[in-house]
Amino acid sequence: MKFIDPHIHMSARTTDDYEAMARAGVVAVIEPAFWVGQPRTRAASFQDYFASLVGWERFRAAQFGVQHYCAIGLNAKEANNDRLAAEVLELLPLFLFKERVVAVGEIGFDEISALEEKYFRAQLELAREHGMLVLIHTPHRDKKAGTLRSMEICEEHGLAPSRVIVDHNNEETVAEVLRRGYWAAFTIYPKTKMGNERMVEVLRRYGPERIIVDSSSDWGVSDPLAVPKTATLMLERGLPAAHVEAACYGNALAAYGQSGQMRAQDWSEPQPLDQSRLFEGNSVLRGQEPRIEDPRVIR
Amino acid sequence: MENSEVAPAALLSRWLRARLDAATMAWIEDNRARVTAGAPERDFYAAFGMAARRVGAEPLRLGAEELEAAARLDGWRPESWRRDEAARALLLLALPSEPDGEFRRRVERLFDCADLRESVALYRALPLLPRPGEWLGRAGEGLRSNIVDVFEAVAHHSPYPRRHFPQPLWNQMILKALFIGSPLDPILGLDERRNPTLGAMLENYAAERRAAGRPVPLELWRALGFEQPARSGE
Repeated sequence: MKFIDPHIHMSARTTDDYEAMARAGVVAVIEPAFWVGQPRTRAASFQDYFASLVGWERFRAAQFGVQHYCAIGLNAKEANNDRLAAEVLELLPLFLFKERVVAVGEIGFDEISALEEKYFRAQLELAREHGMLVLIHTPHRDKKAGTLRSMEICEEHGLAPSRVIVDHNNEETVAEVLRRGYWAAFTIYPKTKMGNERMVEVLRRYGPERIIVDSSSDWGVSDPLAVPKTATLMLERGLPAAHVEAACYGNALAAYGQSGQMRAQDWSEPQPLDQSRLFEGNSVLRGQEPRIEDPRVIR
Repeated sequence: MENSEVAPAALLSRWLRARLDAATMAWIEDNRARVTAGAPERDFYAAFGMAARRVGAEPLRLGAEELEAAARLDGWRPESWRRDEAARALLLLALPSEPDGEFRRRVERLFDCADLRESVALYRALPLLPRPGEWLGRAGEGLRSNIVDVFEAVAHHSPYPRRHFPQPLWNQMILKALFIGSPLDPILGLDERRNPTLGAMLENYAAERRAAGRPVPLELWRALGFEQPARSGE
């Protein structure tokens, strides 16, 4: 089975992770812009971060046969620094129209503060104006209220729910998100978000329509194989393969494919340019082969 | 390329016109005209970014006559150029070249925010820019990239290194090409820019490879000026 991890912060991960993901069948990843674990102090840091998402990280992924896409946006936490946030907002149009930028994201609420709302709305306007998809990060605290508020604001700005992916759902939020017509994404992340046994039951209960599984793997204790592992568990526990495939591959492609920037041909028929670089472009490993056959010998 | 009879923009435009549908070509021409007429800065950046979505990344596959016309521009060999690169070069060349500070600021901004394909387009366009010698620092930056496509956008089929690189930068380019396994043959000026310092660097590199039990790249001998390997390094 092929997989897409439509929310993962590969910049924080190693080449070992790319190798393991490719081996497990992950053909494509989407890396939403977010915070880097501590607050940035200059807009230029955001510029270099965004540039790395469309540049170096894309190249790094391709070397392991993984197609890399991204979402560009100002995350909720850093929206609380008003001066900085205003400057970052000015930067966004420089990046949003680039190839393989599939959405404005991840944006939304953290503390559900007034400044978060101000920059959430400003970015929704940008998405509406340019016909872009939106990836919403729902807050980890006061989640149910924050999720509802996020959807109400999207509707105030006239965004079609079918063009908005609401992420980090749980058993308490999923019904309303689906009822309103949004894509409902679930993050399999130990302790703070979903466990994959719970995910099996969510899929069993709600069926495969508009349900998306991701890892949001980052610099914390998290698992870049969460999507393939969850799929395996789903199959073991008797869910139909077609439902598993929809939640772990097909729905992500259908949702983000609306951007016109992500197509199954990208991995079924890689561009000659990418193909020639897949395994012979050796600079990440500085002259070594990307695949290590005998782990004891380093040449 | 200031003394050329045909400006590079005229060639790029002609090549694209022969390959694109009318609506796509109209989009390019419309944006060129607006950039030349002083369109707002953000519109210029947006058009540059969107060019790939509009024209795609098909290779141009230039014909013999087209390549001959290009070669008259200081030996330019755009044989591996793609459509998005040509469209982006046209947008760059549409930017008013005066005042210099403003031209420079905008192009630097593009470099700073470039994605993979944009970086390739920008580095490939260096020899076509007004006052190309002023972009030496950028060219050096491109050579330092670990992204092979970016390195080759500077080094391959371009008259820029031969014309503008001082010897240390030239020598670094040759040595790095060997180091990352990028072919030397597409580098223009390989023979005329050969120098004793480079020779010594290459011989040291060969010795280092042998000491490590690694093969010496055959092309190293080509860089030293031998047609064939003088003696196997193995």
